[in-house]
Amino acid sequence: MPSLPIIENDQVAKAKTAPDGGAFDEPETFAADPLEDGYYDYLLRLGDDSLVLGQRLGEWCGHAPGLEVDLSLANVALDLIGQATHLLNKANNDDGDALAFHRDVLDFKNCLLVEQPNGDFARTMARQLLYSTWQHIHYRELSESPDPFLRGLAQKAVKEVAYHRELAADWTIRLGDGTEESAARMAGGLDWCWRFIPELFEVDDVLEGLIAMQLVPDPRGFEREYRAALGEVLAEAKLGVPADHRPILGGRRGHHSEHLGHLLAVMQHIPRLYPDSKW
Amino acid sequence: MSAKGAGGGHDWPLWEVFIRSKGGMAHRHVGSVHAPDPKLALAHARDTYTRRQEGISLWVIPSAAIIASDPADSGPLFEPAEDKVYRHPTFYDIPDVVKHI
Repeated sequence: MPSLPIIENDQVAKAKTAPDGGAFDEPETFAADPLEDGYYDYLLRLGDDSLVLGQRLGEWCGHAPGLEVDLSLANVALDLIGQATHLLNKANNDDGDALAFHRDVLDFKNCLLVEQPNGDFARTMARQLLYSTWQHIHYRELSESPDPFLRGLAQKAVKEVAYHRELAADWTIRLGDGTEESAARMAGGLDWCWRFIPELFEVDDVLEGLIAMQLVPDPRGFEREYRAALGEVLAEAKLGVPADHRPILGGRRGHHSEHLGHLLAVMQHIPRLYPDSKW
Repeated sequence: MSAKGAGGGHDWPLWEVFIRSKGGMAHRHVGSVHAPDPKLALAHARDTYTRRQEGISLWVIPSAAIIASDPADSGPLFEPAEDKVYRHPTFYDIPDVVKHI
């Protein structure tokens, strides 16, 4: 099974003696020559976000409501996979493919929001609105970073992401302020995705270190702007703001929902069956 | 948008798409898209017709807004121009620097 991690006996033993009675083992990094730990982790977080969301959107290919929507979702997916290519190549000496196709689920650092299943079209758009709005503000801030790689990446990607954000907002408004059925589906999609918002603003030790070095933006600094921006879209869509459920965290540490393993199995099985093939 | 439209997009209205390929050129008709509203029509036009840097400006208009000539009237409408050769500006020398005429 491609995406199941290999659990060694000593790791099981270690987990049993852990103070909390068996948390996940330490995730292992894959890079042959890891950059400084926090920076490397940050590249994976952004790269995995884009990769996993790009793969999810790719699942709509041939199934979207209308040829135009099919193209539109594929365009967004390709933008995201382009970003992931840059980020993962940077993290692994120009071999981003090794990170994309030969890592197991516990080593992925994407947020939980992007791995959520597509559901219906409304839920896909809800996920896109929540993520692209965050990504847009984040990349806008990151385009001021003193780090040349991150700055360059963000300056290019922020234009792509501005479009994704606009597209998702347009669809949210169209569906929310549409028929009774489309409004109910849009509200349902937002409700499903809403509990994954707090993770986007979580600051752990890795991020704290990078923020202290002033390399990357502090997401807590733009949470108010983010929620206000969503509020504006929802008001125009004539939808209420969903209730804040218990937040679900952990993706940044490799603790994923059951959905990611299935996504990786589909994405990784060909490169794992034919490891050195080119196409 | 009806429930049927939500399932397949078949009853979304049709929009005609025009692209200006570069500054100074006129917008040219390139095709059409289906979309439920004007903003999404523009998005669909962008995603369908400008993937390969085809333009710098887009117009969309509802296809229903076009007033079209009736093909059955093509005789009276167009044939009288056939023998009016003097209407072509071919009796003048056009300087090489003048483009797009």
